[in-house]
Amino acid sequence: MNKSIILHVLGWIMCFEAAFMALSCIVALIYGENVSGLAFLIAISICLLLGIPLVIKKPKNKVFFAKEGFVSVASGWVVLSLLGALPFYISGQIPGYIDALFETISGFTTTGSSILSDVEALDYSMLFWRSFTHWIGGMGVLVFILAILPLARGESMHFMRAESPGPSVEKLVPRMRTSASLLYGIYVGMTILQILLLLAGRMPLFDAVTLSFGSAGTGGFAIKNSNLTSYTTYQQFIIGLFMFLFGVNFNFYYLILLRRVKDAFKIEEVRWYAVIVAVSIILIALNTGGFKGFLGSLHQSAFQVSSIITTTGYATVDFNHWPSFSKEVLVLLMFIGACAGSTGGGMKVSRIITLFKAVGREMSHLVHKRSVKVLKLNGKKIEKETLHSIIIFFITYMIIFAVSFLIISLDNFDVTTNFTATLATLSNIGPGLESVGPMGNFEGFSVLSKLVMMFNMLAGRLEIFPLLLLFSPSTWKQ
Amino acid sequence: MNIIIVGCGKVGATLAEHLDQEGHNVVVVDNKASVIDNVTNFLDVMGVVGSGASYSVLVDAGIEKADLLIAVTGSDELNLLCCLVAQKAGRCHTIARVRNPLYNEEIDFIKEEMGLSMTINPELEAATEMAALINLPSAIEIDTFAKGNVELLRFQIPENSVLNNMKIMNILTDLHSKVLVCIVERDEEVFIPSGSFELRSNDIISIVASHKNAIDFFQKIGIHAERSKSIMLVGGSTLTVYLAKMLEDSDIKITIIEQNKDRCEELSNLLPNAMIINANATENNVLLEEGIETVDAFAALTNYDEENILLALYANKCSKAKVFTKITRMTYDNIVDELPLGIIINPKLVTAHRILQHVRAMENSKGSNVETLYKLIGNKVEALEFYARSNAKLLGIPLEKLRIKPNILVCCINRNGKIIIPNGKDYIQEGDTVVIVTTNKGLNDLNDILA
Repeated sequence: MNKSIILHVLGWIMCFEAAFMALSCIVALIYGENVSGLAFLIAISICLLLGIPLVIKKPKNKVFFAKEGFVSVASGWVVLSLLGALPFYISGQIPGYIDALFETISGFTTTGSSILSDVEALDYSMLFWRSFTHWIGGMGVLVFILAILPLARGESMHFMRAESPGPSVEKLVPRMRTSASLLYGIYVGMTILQILLLLAGRMPLFDAVTLSFGSAGTGGFAIKNSNLTSYTTYQQFIIGLFMFLFGVNFNFYYLILLRRVKDAFKIEEVRWYAVIVAVSIILIALNTGGFKGFLGSLHQSAFQVSSIITTTGYATVDFNHWPSFSKEVLVLLMFIGACAGSTGGGMKVSRIITLFKAVGREMSHLVHKRSVKVLKLNGKKIEKETLHSIIIFFITYMIIFAVSFLIISLDNFDVTTNFTATLATLSNIGPGLESVGPMGNFEGFSVLSKLVMMFNMLAGRLEIFPLLLLFSPSTWKQ
Repeated sequence: MNIIIVGCGKVGATLAEHLDQEGHNVVVVDNKASVIDNVTNFLDVMGVVGSGASYSVLVDAGIEKADLLIAVTGSDELNLLCCLVAQKAGRCHTIARVRNPLYNEEIDFIKEEMGLSMTINPELEAATEMAALINLPSAIEIDTFAKGNVELLRFQIPENSVLNNMKIMNILTDLHSKVLVCIVERDEEVFIPSGSFELRSNDIISIVASHKNAIDFFQKIGIHAERSKSIMLVGGSTLTVYLAKMLEDSDIKITIIEQNKDRCEELSNLLPNAMIINANATENNVLLEEGIETVDAFAALTNYDEENILLALYANKCSKAKVFTKITRMTYDNIVDELPLGIIINPKLVTAHRILQHVRAMENSKGSNVETLYKLIGNKVEALEFYARSNAKLLGIPLEKLRIKPNILVCCINRNGKIIIPNGKDYIQEGDTVVIVTTNKGLNDLNDILA
């Protein structure tokens, strides 16, 4: 493996992280938070001290294949989190490094699970950094670097492949770099639009910016202990709507920009995504409000469904108190997740559709032994390899889920808490049910469980295999 | 430019690789998903699976905004159809590979009537290249510039040549030869030499010279430079026919060895002046019997790379002929390079390079100043042809007074069709076409050569 080029990439990541932190440092200046500001300065210097030498030293060997791609993306995210936790730790706002790391990984992976019982005790600059990590992690750091730096052509494809969510990478345009810039353009544009709409609804600027970051990256760090319950219906509606929009495959927006609206609405995944959301909203509204209170409970139902399926994790109501059926619908949505090519996590709608289609084909094959049927998605044939990798992904997802579930249960919480805590971290959602519900937090878990959950969050964000490869001994053997 | 390549075989993939490197937006179309996967895994290009002749597939590939479509599938008819559809769908330039000799006879009609920018026939291109090389036996490799007016000749300095330990500036004074040494390869290193550079035996050097001067120069340094009088071709493919037809005019005795009896009769019909031998060339003594020891040139042109390699090695061993080897698969080119196979002919690569030249010329008309760009010596050296516009800062200044960056050499000036091989006193005028060779990459303008 070509370690020199991986170190070079890591150097760039560190430098970019320093730049990201500089923004939070400015926020600290604005609010006059000296201790936090100093913590950011120290963290920035550490990033630069480590990063600049690696960037300056040109890699001896330019070989860059799939292996290097996976390893640099996975190790890049680990490094990003390790350094990103420094401000929290140095400023003493989160005293334990493991807790600070948990919070940072939760931020970058756009999970939104927090170990803080009192969020409001944090400085503004720390709250900003927390939400900003969501925004960076949502579209991906390497994709961001890709949009800015001219990289060799081999590298870009492997970065995109390892970092973007979904079973296969679909380029929008021939050039990777243009693709990355387009994605970020759409992302930035939509985020700004959301901030403006929230400001129009008289939300304070700080809240509007941080909450928009959280919904754009489908992260879900709230900045109030009451989560989002204290905001007005209009503000909640805007956030709910934008969470839904950020969970849509970004190809959809690209096609709309090209004025190919018809083609955009033909994307099968987006259609199914809308159907699943609509059905879940109606079911939960009926279940929580009954026929009479249907309209009244529609708003809460819609917000929670949009928040969970996009794996954001904001809450405008404590759904721990909902009837069992509604909670179970939410748990199923946690498995499904958002569209491929969006900022959301989970298994992705397109994988679920494909699996269902494969099951259908298998059933017809059992009856008509000689039948031949090609599976299609968006009118295009699903290649055997793609189907195969989706099935393997599903199995691995379940295995990781099962193993983590087992380890976490050592902490002796109830089954629902363990189950949803595992799911919430693996699918990058944030809150689960019971103790880790929307008003609860992850503080009570042991260090072992937290480490497992950190692994889950990274595995969920990077779609498992890059991280597994990073920790597999065969990758490191010469 | 936005370029769509239909057909992702060897030619398509080579084109995609180079065009991607040169900064074009490339979309490849092929009906095999696995082929597309292979290419998009290694290159920053977009892949579309489907038939290139289908309108909707081409729309997916972005035909509406494309500047150029290159159709290089295995089928002539499909290529032509792709170009037709593309022109109707998107008003782009089109290039088609058309290899059937039947169409080739009417290629001008096809090109004109179908509005193609370029058609290319791999076998014909390879044959043209071979014919040029056969006529100048000692040069290992020839590249032509300025629309065929200038030739870059690459050869190895023999042992005990007068050139051994000679400084380049002394070539003119001592040998009275007007040649310009552009590139020197010594072991693995490549130099763009200055006047004080000292040559040694076994250096491989590339020179620019007029035909007459070159032959004169070769004689002085002791390289046998007579025209070939006889050639032996093994394998009666289309390439053989094209080549034999070209050579027929120049009074060379041609012997063709082909195993298939029916094909032999066809060949005899097409090439009445050539000697057609119906035999298996790998069989005992066939080559000896037909006089391999005395021919001036030998070309292994069968359809099997392995057989060609063996034949070439054999020919190299038992005769002094100039050897040509046709190799289609380039997977092991590192190994092949080390074998004494003479000149390697790869029709697919030739095709790709011709198309690349055309694309570069197209781009030139869009504002860049590079007329043609050649990659030489395993891509280590670039030879670029520039058009000197009025904004060039070096107009009218003698070359010896210019501060030119290291590793750059002005190797030829084309003034109204007259080729000047420049020395220090020559200068560049507006409207000249200037060829420079360099190991630096990324020169885009004539002004870029100045320090």
